[in-house]
Amino acid sequence: MEHSSNSYYVPDQSIWPIVGAIAMFLMLGGTGLTLVDLQTADHASQSSSTIMYSGMAILIVMLFGWFGNVISESRRGAYSPQVDLSFRYGMTWFIFSEVMFFLAFFGALYYARAFSVPWLGGEGDKGLANMLWPNFEATWPLLTPPNPEMFQPIKEVMNPWTLPLLNTVLLVASSVTVTFAHHALRHGERAKIKIWLAITIALAVIFLYVQGYEYVEAYTNLDLTLNSGIYGATFFLLTGFHGFHVTLGTIILIVLLIRVMKGHFTPDNHFAFEAGSWYWHFVDVVWLLLFLVVYVF
Amino acid sequence: MSEQTLTLDDHDHHEHGPAKGFLRWVFTTNHKDIGTMYLIFSLVMFLIGGMMAFVIRAELFQPGMQLVDPGFFNQMTTMHGLIMVFGAVMPGFVGLANWQIPLMVGAPDMALPRMNNWSFWILPFAFTMLLSTLFMEGGAPGFGWTFYAPLSTTYAPPSVTFFIFAIHMMGISSIMGAMNIIVTLFNMRAPGMGLMQMPMFAWSWLITAFLLVAVMPVLAAVVTMMLMDIHFATSFFSAAGGGDPVLFQHIFWFFGHPEVYIMILPAFGVVSEIIPTFSRKKLFGYHSMVYALIAIALLSFVVWAHHMFTVGMPIGGQLFFMYATMLIAVPTGVKVFNWVATMFKGSLTFETPMLFAVAFVVLFTVGGFSGIMLAIAPVDFQYQDTYFVVAHFHYVLVPGAVFGIVAGVYYWLPKWTGKMYDESLGKMHFWLSFVGLNLTFFPMHFVGLAGMPRRIPDYALQFADFNMMASMGAFLFGTSQLVFVYLVIKTVRSGKEAAQVPWESAEGLEWTLPTPLPYHTFTTPPVIEHK
Repeated sequence: MEHSSNSYYVPDQSIWPIVGAIAMFLMLGGTGLTLVDLQTADHASQSSSTIMYSGMAILIVMLFGWFGNVISESRRGAYSPQVDLSFRYGMTWFIFSEVMFFLAFFGALYYARAFSVPWLGGEGDKGLANMLWPNFEATWPLLTPPNPEMFQPIKEVMNPWTLPLLNTVLLVASSVTVTFAHHALRHGERAKIKIWLAITIALAVIFLYVQGYEYVEAYTNLDLTLNSGIYGATFFLLTGFHGFHVTLGTIILIVLLIRVMKGHFTPDNHFAFEAGSWYWHFVDVVWLLLFLVVYVF
Repeated sequence: MSEQTLTLDDHDHHEHGPAKGFLRWVFTTNHKDIGTMYLIFSLVMFLIGGMMAFVIRAELFQPGMQLVDPGFFNQMTTMHGLIMVFGAVMPGFVGLANWQIPLMVGAPDMALPRMNNWSFWILPFAFTMLLSTLFMEGGAPGFGWTFYAPLSTTYAPPSVTFFIFAIHMMGISSIMGAMNIIVTLFNMRAPGMGLMQMPMFAWSWLITAFLLVAVMPVLAAVVTMMLMDIHFATSFFSAAGGGDPVLFQHIFWFFGHPEVYIMILPAFGVVSEIIPTFSRKKLFGYHSMVYALIAIALLSFVVWAHHMFTVGMPIGGQLFFMYATMLIAVPTGVKVFNWVATMFKGSLTFETPMLFAVAFVVLFTVGGFSGIMLAIAPVDFQYQDTYFVVAHFHYVLVPGAVFGIVAGVYYWLPKWTGKMYDESLGKMHFWLSFVGLNLTFFPMHFVGLAGMPRRIPDYALQFADFNMMASMGAFLFGTSQLVFVYLVIKTVRSGKEAAQVPWESAEGLEWTLPTPLPYHTFTTPPVIEHK
């Protein structure tokens, strides 16, 4: 336990949380209205999408405001080592919650492969399910879903040893470069930090580009879509949420680079940088697991 | 046990008192303000959810269809469950945590005060969204609070989309609230207070918060899969695409079973604070209490499929989940034993908090026993989806979770408000609630065993007497909560000044603080010296 004479920093009143709550309400409410519009009519009404976009805009304002507050407090030295430790614990548990989020999707994939698809194919305890679609054959990757009228068959799945392998290399390399940047920061070599961080961001952006390219390829040439049964569903949900997290991580890295350019961070006070790199390593680890169970095996 | 020194001056970082006006509540970062808001929110939701229960019980007062159409009845059972679980019980405990944890561990506030405010203020918006579905075309979700696919996907009303986003918001709120509690307990205990010196309420919340951070993301994931199935043509829960509706149940209950402990462990904590005070003895078996909490939490991750015995699963799975579930009775039994042993040969008095706590021990155990009956796979085939299940979980939730919250409010209200509540009104509230809830839920065991299915607005004639009894009990229980509302208002407005330690022999850091409490407490941490 820290026993310092500095008292723990308890911030004064803040406008940002309520702004964030309103933003979330508008964003999700607007998204809901848009989706229901698309479900019941063919196009989203103007007002639905306006609500959604205004929610997003307010959320961005909130993020700038809130993080701006935190950064300025940090820079004027309001945070004792104990506060710093609170942030570290907070980030750790946040990442743990993200792990659990991905775990549920990995669990769905496992369940489909180990249970539901074999059962539908007539194997095991619940093989009786085969009578629903007697012609169905269980395979993995599942190219032809049990009911091919409802869920479109896939021509071919992504070859793991082409673009996905490239992406693996890119992401692992970026995890290494972000660590180099961190070392440079600890030694106070600012020029090096910028270079390594910029390389990391470049790798991240290439990763995202390749991932986008792969999606286009999947939709146009392979008939691998969200609608192609459980293989497509798990493929896009896992890679999609991972890609979303990479996008967030990239934004975080860009913000860190801007802050480095502005002269923020010192060799012994740079929690934001560490949190960003933890997050980056987390998306990297998720990718490795994903590469193995979604693409390779 | 421990002695601490106290300085109340601070270094003038911030104002000493609360800001003026309504906006104080909107912008606040103070754990006391946020705790108050959580508790008021929880009470409001409890009353709204209670009104839905009134509709349900009024329809079930007699056999036949009298008041509402079956679709609306289903919406009522669904919304009643969702509101009570996510709106009343969980925020109620978070409110207690916000008030008490910093006071009990000697922290100046929660570790991340701005995020604390955000956690709270998401909730009114989330529940506005959820309640607004009642007024939408096609009506509110009527697929039960467990929202099994495909009822909640293929056959759901359009409002399900808003239900999904409301769940997302509640999940985000809970995760942030739980993280805040974990960080506070790990990082902000007063110097000298080790983990094994933490008050039992703090321990119970540490474990609960861990469960929340672990399973709320799983809930978010499962509703996201629903959203994908509904709007983006995926087939997670559709066998036609190689998925499985049962997959939904597995993921839901992987969240759902720890969730039921999320709703009861903090009540264990509250009761473990109250019983020693009014027995004038130390809590019996502190260490075993902590280990029991940890054991219950860990076991809660490997028992989920006991909710799904009748869905059909391999025999090995049924046996595993049956035995694992029954194993939970062991640490729970340790806790019940310890509470009783704490009271054994104590100088007991029965003020309102103690009445609620003792009723908790007895009636929660009733709910626990019916839980063990339900855990036995072959017999569960008989009980599944009957009123026996309804009786079981209401026994653990009403005299369990709700009594836990209410007991905590009575116990700490004098400290929070600086005023003493009216003891005879409190006792009246207790006895009316006690009689009301037993009248409501005990007969449900009988009609359930006799085969009355749950979630049905009409029933066979032979269930009529017990149902009428249950309905009258429900009206009594519901109405008597107004006594509680009146009591709280009366305490705040015109209660007598409370002493610094209103309970003889109450121990803990919160009682070392003056009454009325200053707006900021423990700005310099107290030092715990071990004798």
